[in-house]
Amino acid sequence: MLNYIIRRVLYAIPILIGVNLITFTLFFVVNSPDDMARMQLGIKRVTPEAITKWKQERGYDKPLVFNDGEEGFAKFTHTIFFEKSAAMFAFRFGRADDGRDIAHEIKTRMMPSLAIALPVFLLGLAVYIVFALAMVFFRATYVDFWGVVLCVALMSISSLFYIIGGQFLISKLWHLVPISGYGDGPGAIKFLILPVIVGVISAAGANTRWYRTIFLEEMGKDYVRTARAKGLSENVVLLRHVLRNAMIPILTGAVVVIPLLFLGSLIVESFFGIPGLGSYTIEAINSQDFAVVRAMVFLGSLLYIVGLILTDISYTLVDPRIRLE
Amino acid sequence: MSFKPVILWTDALVYLLVAVIIAFAWYVRRNEHLLAPWRRVGHSKSGMAALTVLVFFIAIGLLDSVHLRPAVENSNSGNGEKAYSVDVLSLLDVIATPLRTRVEKTYSAPFAAHLYARETVELPDGTQLREYPRLKFGGAHLQDPETQLAADVAWRVAAGAGLGLLLWCVVVASLTASLANRGGGNFLPTLSSMWRGATEVPWNAICIVLAFMLLLLGTALALSTNYHIFGTDKVGQDVFYQSLKSIRTGLVIGTLTTLMMLPFALLLGIMAGYFRGWVDDVIQYLYTTLSSIPGVLLIAATVLMMQVYIETHPELFDTVAARADLRLLFLCVILGVTSWTGLCRLLRGETLKLRETEYIQAAHAFGVSHWRIISRHILPNVMHIVLISTVMDFSGLVLAEAVLSYVGVGVDPSTISFGTMINGARLEMAREPMVWWALLAAFSFMFALVLSANLFADAVQNAFDPRVRILSAKARMLPLRGRREMSKAEPAEGSS
Repeated sequence: MLNYIIRRVLYAIPILIGVNLITFTLFFVVNSPDDMARMQLGIKRVTPEAITKWKQERGYDKPLVFNDGEEGFAKFTHTIFFEKSAAMFAFRFGRADDGRDIAHEIKTRMMPSLAIALPVFLLGLAVYIVFALAMVFFRATYVDFWGVVLCVALMSISSLFYIIGGQFLISKLWHLVPISGYGDGPGAIKFLILPVIVGVISAAGANTRWYRTIFLEEMGKDYVRTARAKGLSENVVLLRHVLRNAMIPILTGAVVVIPLLFLGSLIVESFFGIPGLGSYTIEAINSQDFAVVRAMVFLGSLLYIVGLILTDISYTLVDPRIRLE
Repeated sequence: MSFKPVILWTDALVYLLVAVIIAFAWYVRRNEHLLAPWRRVGHSKSGMAALTVLVFFIAIGLLDSVHLRPAVENSNSGNGEKAYSVDVLSLLDVIATPLRTRVEKTYSAPFAAHLYARETVELPDGTQLREYPRLKFGGAHLQDPETQLAADVAWRVAAGAGLGLLLWCVVVASLTASLANRGGGNFLPTLSSMWRGATEVPWNAICIVLAFMLLLLGTALALSTNYHIFGTDKVGQDVFYQSLKSIRTGLVIGTLTTLMMLPFALLLGIMAGYFRGWVDDVIQYLYTTLSSIPGVLLIAATVLMMQVYIETHPELFDTVAARADLRLLFLCVILGVTSWTGLCRLLRGETLKLRETEYIQAAHAFGVSHWRIISRHILPNVMHIVLISTVMDFSGLVLAEAVLSYVGVGVDPSTISFGTMINGARLEMAREPMVWWALLAAFSFMFALVLSANLFADAVQNAFDPRVRILSAKARMLPLRGRREMSKAEPAEGSS
């Protein structure tokens, strides 16, 4: 097991290097640092001195990959690639345009993101499974039919409308919870209720339908027929046999997103004014803070790869038929 | 009126797409084995009803994809050359000229005859009065809007609905006549069998949806000439017109993205599965790396860089429309580049399976070249996967456009799209009373488009995906609880 995990982690390294190269190409090769400086300082009236100063402040005034002016190792280390891209492996993300340390910002903003994403994830999983099970229980009746119709209708609504509608109905019309904002400690709960509900509902259509398909697929298998032949009641078949076996694809599918929960949701956080990583990313995109976007891309793929490794491990934990080699 | 046709980049690609679809349809018609799954699509009630709605959207989108530059009226034609306006108009713009040009001062509610905000007006005798001024165009033909408005609207609704109904009767009559002609029956029996749903193609569902759409169309036509049926936005532009324009943006993103990603996905996916070995390793590494970056972040990073490129190279674009159009195209390319990995993985898996089949082994033994095996044996056998994922992706892409525009990495702000509409309206949520009509318009148009796309995609998937078909057959055979008289149409929707 340990062997397998180590090998899996080693496999992840070339992928992370690839991600790093992609971001490096995107941010420094497609547009030179000069272009970015010109963009940020205004296209028309920009002096070469201002560009030089902008680059110096951010440490972009070095050669891209090979520094001829230095000696020895410094030829490679005193470059943009080494200092800006390779340094991310050591979680040194540098500073944002407002001068704050990105790594520190990420650490402090992770918790608010998690405070929304984790309840959404857990509550969502429970709600979707219950509804999907109910639809399978009443399969091929009008309950099932209209359930699927409802799912398709829910899938066809943009997530923006769920947020806008939720804010309008619950906060503005009924005044139940504040429209947006965030507090510390237990006071945060009243701010979190609405985003969590909206988050659960906006993904309900697609997920419930998907889980229903998984359950149905499981229902057609031989062991279900055997269970019925033994004379087990439909409830027992469904809850003890089908549910447990269907949980394998559902759980392993869910595990991959667990690490990504730290990143939060871009639009939910920015609509509700929650100071998490999602709204941090949106602010960075809007103010064209390239350093932050670069850091988030790297962090995102790192977490995704962690999720993949966890998925592989969880397969072995829930399904004894799968052995790691 | 003289004009100069303009072909924008996305227009050219839309034409290409239409040509490809027509060629494909022509090819399918001649091959019975290809036609069979499409027949199954044609027999699906929900699928055909959705297609009827989609046809209207596609027609509007296509009208909006023919661009031209009208000649300036009073140009000095001394040198014999006509001067053309810098504004690029589409055929839809020309048809909807009243909608486009009747710009009010600022917000006005649907069917309003007065502006939404109070203004100070000076009366002839010098006194000042704060009141809601009359709109320049909305309801301008009425003497006294308070008393006449409701009656006028009702009359126009009735007239428009009557027009739509008339049109519907004509369409249904000609349809029945042509069906009766082809089937060799008489008019009335054919009509009654259509109505009872005894035909293979669910004509009754299509006709009902068609009636609904034509009624809406007639009413909208009759009303929009004199009213702003969805109100106006901040700069006084008609929201109904914006909604119509948004359709093209949504359709372009939904279809061209697929067009952009298909070459990558097909070529790399089939190559990886067919050649295996190091080719497979390299391609797998490529798509694992790309797909490990969360989609929105990769798109955001790429679009940011594209913005920098466009800003620093202004000399590449001659008109605002060309610039906005190129940005739309870039967005499609970026979405395509970031989303080919899923399809590529599917194609690789399927090709891996196919290359072990006997007929391909036989082709190998006969010394058929790789290229020929891929094009003659593998490609046709993975096309159903391509087709399914294309139609399944469409609705997701339309939805993604709105979110990306909100994040700030979507279409050019000057391009009218659902995303820009929502974005503009969102800021007015806090107003009291609320400006809700732009959101309502964007919501209803998007919902209709995405819902019909989803339903059609389901019909296509049910018809083409062997796994789903087996599953739905199994679901039908399962012992059912509480089975009552079930409708025949059930299993079609009851799976997937």
